[in-house]
Amino acid sequence: MERRRSLPDVLAGGIFILIGGAFVVGSLGYELGTPLRMGPGYFPLLVGSIVAALGLAVVVKGLIAGEAISFGAIPWRAVIAILLAVVFFGFAVRRLGFVPTSAVTALLTTLASRRVRPLTALAVAAGLTVAATLIFIVALQLPLPLWGPWLEF
Amino acid sequence: MELLDNLALGFSTALLVQNILYCFVGVLLGTAVGVLPGIGPTATVAMLLPITFSFEPVTALIMLAGIYYGAQYGGSTTAILINLPGESSAAVTALDGHEMARQGRAGPALAAAAIGSFFAGTVATVALAVAAPPLAQVALKFGPAEYFSLVLLGLILSIALARGTALKALAMIALGVMFGTVGQDIYTGTPRFVLDQRELYGGIDFVSVAVGMFGVAEILRNLENEHTRTAIVSKVKNLWPTAEDRRRIVAPILRGTGLGAALGVLPGSGHVLASFSSYAVEKRISKRQQDFGRGAIEGVAGPESANNAAAQTSFIPLLTLGLPAHPVMALMVGAFIVHGITPGPNVITDEPALFWGLIASMWIGNLLLVLLNLPLIGIWVYMLRIPYGVLFPMIILFAAIGTYSLGFNAYDLYAIVFFGILGYILIKCGCEPAPLLLGFVLGPLLEENLRRALIISRGDVSVFLTRPISAVLLALAVAALVVAALPTIRKRREVVFAEEE
Repeated sequence: MERRRSLPDVLAGGIFILIGGAFVVGSLGYELGTPLRMGPGYFPLLVGSIVAALGLAVVVKGLIAGEAISFGAIPWRAVIAILLAVVFFGFAVRRLGFVPTSAVTALLTTLASRRVRPLTALAVAAGLTVAATLIFIVALQLPLPLWGPWLEF
Repeated sequence: MELLDNLALGFSTALLVQNILYCFVGVLLGTAVGVLPGIGPTATVAMLLPITFSFEPVTALIMLAGIYYGAQYGGSTTAILINLPGESSAAVTALDGHEMARQGRAGPALAAAAIGSFFAGTVATVALAVAAPPLAQVALKFGPAEYFSLVLLGLILSIALARGTALKALAMIALGVMFGTVGQDIYTGTPRFVLDQRELYGGIDFVSVAVGMFGVAEILRNLENEHTRTAIVSKVKNLWPTAEDRRRIVAPILRGTGLGAALGVLPGSGHVLASFSSYAVEKRISKRQQDFGRGAIEGVAGPESANNAAAQTSFIPLLTLGLPAHPVMALMVGAFIVHGITPGPNVITDEPALFWGLIASMWIGNLLLVLLNLPLIGIWVYMLRIPYGVLFPMIILFAAIGTYSLGFNAYDLYAIVFFGILGYILIKCGCEPAPLLLGFVLGPLLEENLRRALIISRGDVSVFLTRPISAVLLALAVAALVVAALPTIRKRREVVFAEEE
């Protein structure tokens, strides 16, 4: 039988092992208890072990008879822009207020596309900010300040 | 008749002005996201969930349900017109539907899809109304042991239908269950895996998981190779099918409805399975097999009916057992809980107006869909011209605002980023995100019932096998697992054999 390695399989399995393992280690820090009275650590330990075991199986299978998957390119620009945009929103909305935060988030997200032109990006961001303010603050009455404490003098 | 009384109650609820209005908004939004590639109903419902919190519970659920089955409907429109299935279940429709459009018969194809969907939706709604109450009665007798086995069965069934290998789907479920343990332990109050962050004591919000895995990860996938969507849409004319067409679609619609209604009950992606099986059946029994793939109207009518019937009956496990069959329903479980209703067998007796109102609204929603889709087809075609460069920033921004407004907790957004990255990598590695979300939602239920069952049985693990219903459910789960593993083995063998030859 021909051996077919599948890197994506190994990677996926590795992630399962890593996260499962982390939960196993973490759950050992909690009281385990007995099957009759399970402590907080019992169930996570069980599931964490299952995740890690399945991850190991995925890795082994990936080394012997892996699934043919083309991993493809990673759009780094999009990954960074979008993730930064979401983190920024969470961090800044209380501090800068709704309008500036939405504008920056929208602009950052727009820049994720490689095809976007600067002027288009600004226009889209401005339009989305207005739309978001109208929908969420005016119509849905979300209790968020339009301009936050960092912008007050 | 009790059924008629119940339906009367349902219609009197569903026909309230605000409920019709939000049913309309739901199916409208659903059709829109079904038409637009790159945004699915799961991400939409996740975004809109916070908005619905201010509604009456029944109104909120009517709208969310409308988004779900509206999207199934919208997906087929693009499948027919531009060969771009907006929803996975519409992939089959594209085969013959788009071929018909290329022959200038887009109108009859759309009409066949609409008529089939409406008929199937009507029948399946009745099936739901008839089947749900007795099932809920049975479910009321369930103890923790039965519930544990049932949840386990539901989770395992969802992998049987997922794409990719069963092993990975199983790992995704377990991963989801594991993330569900983050937060305070229900029995002892011990905070688990919170990394000393008070904001995580309440656990990870499932909206964050859904937005991350279905919204962010999906957008990143789409941005991998950007290409302008050239929507060369054929003109739609002569909507009404010819007499010949009408004769040809009757039987496929009937068969598709039956098949879809039955398969829709399965958790996972029952509606995808339903449309694929319906196509296979129609092709096998047709006298004109050579027409399939070359614009056979049967290949549109059957799968579309099956798909829509399944979309309706997939509410059965949700409404009777509290088990979501689709990621959108997992989000609806959250909507139930926010409104102080525990989804499950009690809903039908405790909240009859909500239960029957939701069912009646589905029929109204199906009617609205026909009205929306046939005369207004031009609007949907126009929507396809919205550039993706505008669409995805809107999705991200609205999702961020929506998620934040759930609890005004920045950690919900950091969780989106975490699950966005994780989901993106895992999807690229061939793992399906849906099992993870189902595991995440059902995980706490699994743990709670496991612990409660063992407390009642005084730590005796055999309780799951000595109680008959629980034993049967577990046996089914094992059988499903074997079936899920089998095709992989068989396929693997075929590959090996092919290489040896």
